[in-house]
Amino acid sequence: MLLIPCPFCGPRAEVEFRCGGESHVQRPDPSVDDAGWADYLFGRRNPKGTHYERWVHEAGCRQWFNLARDTVDHRILAVYRMGEPAPEIR
Amino acid sequence: MRYSILSLASQAWRGHRGWPQAWRDPAPKAAYDVVIVGGGGHGLATAYYLAAEHGITDVAVLEKGWIGGGNTGRNTTVVRSNYFYPQSAALYDLALRLYEGLSRTLNYNIMLSQRGMVVLSHSRHDLELARRAANAMRLNGVDAELLTVDDVARMIPALDVGPAARFPVLGGLVQARAGTARHDAVAWGYARAADARGVDIIQNCEVTGFRRGADGAITAIDTSRGTIGARRVALTVAGHSGVLAGLAGFRLPIASHALQAMVTEPVKPVLDTVVLSPATGMYLSQSDKGELVIGGGLDHHLSYGQRGTPAVAHGVLAAVAEQFPAFGRLRLLRQWAGIVDVVADSSPIIGASPVPNLLLNCGWGTGGFKAIPAGGTLLAHHLATGAPHPIAAPFGLHRFASGALIDEAGAAGIAH
Repeated sequence: MLLIPCPFCGPRAEVEFRCGGESHVQRPDPSVDDAGWADYLFGRRNPKGTHYERWVHEAGCRQWFNLARDTVDHRILAVYRMGEPAPEIR
Repeated sequence: MRYSILSLASQAWRGHRGWPQAWRDPAPKAAYDVVIVGGGGHGLATAYYLAAEHGITDVAVLEKGWIGGGNTGRNTTVVRSNYFYPQSAALYDLALRLYEGLSRTLNYNIMLSQRGMVVLSHSRHDLELARRAANAMRLNGVDAELLTVDDVARMIPALDVGPAARFPVLGGLVQARAGTARHDAVAWGYARAADARGVDIIQNCEVTGFRRGADGAITAIDTSRGTIGARRVALTVAGHSGVLAGLAGFRLPIASHALQAMVTEPVKPVLDTVVLSPATGMYLSQSDKGELVIGGGLDHHLSYGQRGTPAVAHGVLAAVAEQFPAFGRLRLLRQWAGIVDVVADSSPIIGASPVPNLLLNCGWGTGGFKAIPAGGTLLAHHLATGAPHPIAAPFGLHRFASGALIDEAGAAGIAH
């Protein structure tokens, strides 16, 4: 079970949260071709290592925020608000 | 050596000390016609069908750990073909029909037990969905029967169907041809049969990179056991498909999640079918050893850690204990997770990749085991002939750009 540091409420149990998938996915220009649009819709980094992802404190303050989390050992490496750039990890 | 009652009797006479090794442990050659990355069920089946159906035997299967040590040895051993769309029914029923003859085909007992799978309906809406599923299955030529609550009670005496049940049972849907098979035996049977036809199964051999020619095609594969040349390459690595695709320079519409399973201590026969309750997110069956084999939904965040979140396991076990009151007193022996490759439309990706001589077999998500014979047959066809098999054609990577998704999100019964 993860102990997730909500930037608004402090550390809370994982069951209060929902993971919203990869952060910083940029919508391409409408002139993009089908392959580029498919990559935007469905393609994901899916890294084995540091992942930047969105979470919502669903059973708490209901705010969205970003986590940087290691997908192998699940360690939380950084917490930052929506709209902020992804921090450099190592 | 061919396994038979005679070989068994003669080995028993000699105290079982004369059994030969079931497959060789060769060192990798400098190059192969076909290299299959991933020694799970799909990779081994692909190698077997390449050799048996297409006469291509200059084949290596590269496995990072030991064969069948990934998801093939971690699933809950259920086989079924209760899907909604005709494309899926053709694919999964091909697998089930091949499973029905597989012990004879491979001369290896995969312990297929067609004990049926019951999907429970807990509400009026579930009943409507069951009717819709049953009609679709029968139109697709797959067996399906609707059950009344009395039928369910008779088939599953341990299930609480009483009026006071927290999750009332109003009926169900059974696929009688569904059931279970011994997962390790499927890997071992394909490995032994492929090896007997000349395929090299190379274990403890992790792929670390791909060497590419001027046209972008793979010419050789860097591994922990040296560089191996390859004319054609197949990726059958389930949850690690994204990692291997990254090494080959492209990305896939795949998210890797942990899927948990667990077994209880063994008990006497108490459950002779597979039970799935989509609404409460649990399913279970009883193994031949007597353990109850239990599974449920996905962990919701990305993961490559083969452990699983306690909260998800807790939810699954709570649902089991609520619906099977007697099972609440059983102790859990083991709990584990496999890393599954989840795709947006819950259908696999079989066929061409952006790299010219690299083919894909991935995206099976939570249901790869049941499809092993079909995955192997279809990928071997594509490798041998250079074109997708008609059953595999709708499942290409192209569907994400064309929009022709095969959205089987509801087919697994559990929302993922």
